[in-house]
Amino acid sequence: MSEIPGDLRFLKSHEWARVEDDGSVRVGISAHAQSQLGDLVYVELPEVGAEFDSGSACAVVESVKAASDIYAPIGGRVLAVNDALSDRPEIINEDAFGEGWIFTLAPSNPDEIAAMLDADAYAQLLKDED
Amino acid sequence: MRQTALNAAHRAAGARMVDFGGWDMPLHYGSQVDEHHWVRQHAGLFDVSHMCVVDLQGEGCADFMRRLVANDVAKLKQSGKALYTCMLNHSGGVIDDLIVYYIDPSHYRIVVNAGTRDKDLAWIAEQAEGSGLQISERDDLSMVALQGPEARALLLGLLDDEDRASVEALTRFSAAQVGELFVARTGYTGEDGFEIVLPSAQVEHWWDRLLGAGAKPAGLGARDTLRLEAGMNLYGQDMDESVSPLECALAWTVAFDPPERDFIGRGALEQQRSQGVARRLVALVLDQRGVLRHGQTVRSAAGEGVITSGSFSPTLGKSIAFALLPAEHGESLEVDMRGRWLPLRLVKAPFVKAGKAAPGIDP
Repeated sequence: MSEIPGDLRFLKSHEWARVEDDGSVRVGISAHAQSQLGDLVYVELPEVGAEFDSGSACAVVESVKAASDIYAPIGGRVLAVNDALSDRPEIINEDAFGEGWIFTLAPSNPDEIAAMLDADAYAQLLKDED
Repeated sequence: MRQTALNAAHRAAGARMVDFGGWDMPLHYGSQVDEHHWVRQHAGLFDVSHMCVVDLQGEGCADFMRRLVANDVAKLKQSGKALYTCMLNHSGGVIDDLIVYYIDPSHYRIVVNAGTRDKDLAWIAEQAEGSGLQISERDDLSMVALQGPEARALLLGLLDDEDRASVEALTRFSAAQVGELFVARTGYTGEDGFEIVLPSAQVEHWWDRLLGAGAKPAGLGARDTLRLEAGMNLYGQDMDESVSPLECALAWTVAFDPPERDFIGRGALEQQRSQGVARRLVALVLDQRGVLRHGQTVRSAAGEGVITSGSFSPTLGKSIAFALLPAEHGESLEVDMRGRWLPLRLVKAPFVKAGKAAPGIDP
């Protein structure tokens, strides 16, 4: 298992979120999630400009094994999506916490991020799942 | 959970292990797609020791086998020759699909699925009651499958002159005993290669030798995408006891000739043959993004059906499936992909041949 970066926050459903310097929030799925899914073959990205409530399904990742919804970790408007994933979904397998980001949001309420798990709590969650 | 003799070897190789019908088996060793491509292009090595080898021996064995299974073992004339067949219940439903090897007139070897082992053995014992046949489940044996265009050269390179000559002479769907190895030129990937049955005490030694010679381990994940691309059914998904071989695209494995051979299920199949079957297993391609999955609903002009096996095809770069549809389904087919209806293209299996899209599969 790769290291869990300390600056990330997590959902129990294995999405991560990072607050960038400009206040936008970058979202992806954890290294654990990609490892559980196995080889990814499609990513269905949200539309730029779309608005999502916290916890609503906004993207889909499909592996050879299964399809999995991605939930918005906080509410907001989609600022950008990682178009590279359309051709190379395996980037998520290779670098889930970095190049494999899925979209960025302009948060409607930045405080919502505090409700997410921090890296230690997420590490504990993975340990409990084992 | 049951373990094969290679369990420690899988774990040492970093396998992700899964519960597969009560067996602790490798799903993949890192990437199931990489393993899939390796088998299509080179040679992959699978542990299939969860499958069950059964030896049937005794006088009258040939006649017993001719009644037990729907294909006709009388087609097997040379020792080592193999036959793919279904074993049916009295209503023509598939109890299991299996390979029969003819050893001699009083000895046949069959290899049955792991998940059906217990019910198969019980069924066979019931049919054999009073026959005096000896039916031995070979728990002392393991089985590996070496599959891919380089499989032949790779195995031949590890054998001494005499054994090499025997294995080199094997035609498709035949087997030979060479030393401790029972080597069959069969498989479940659509590629050339071998299934090798050997004593469990020796299997780790041969596993290491084959890997040392250039084979790479491949897990059950790749095995499933390879067999689907090759157009091969999976028992429990594409057929079961409620489906007949005439419905699930296995009519070619049923020998109706000679008409006097009274195999189990014959009456039911003859009735289906004269009345026509209600359902048919078909091969489908999704030309747009998305992955077809087991259980998804397909709609046709004649009503609804269901995807029995569906996956992403690594060789084609798109999704493929088998579906059980009403017999008069027509050409216009759509799948319910999580709430959206997407068009499907009806094709003829196999999807992949000689490592590439089979003719007619690309749009």
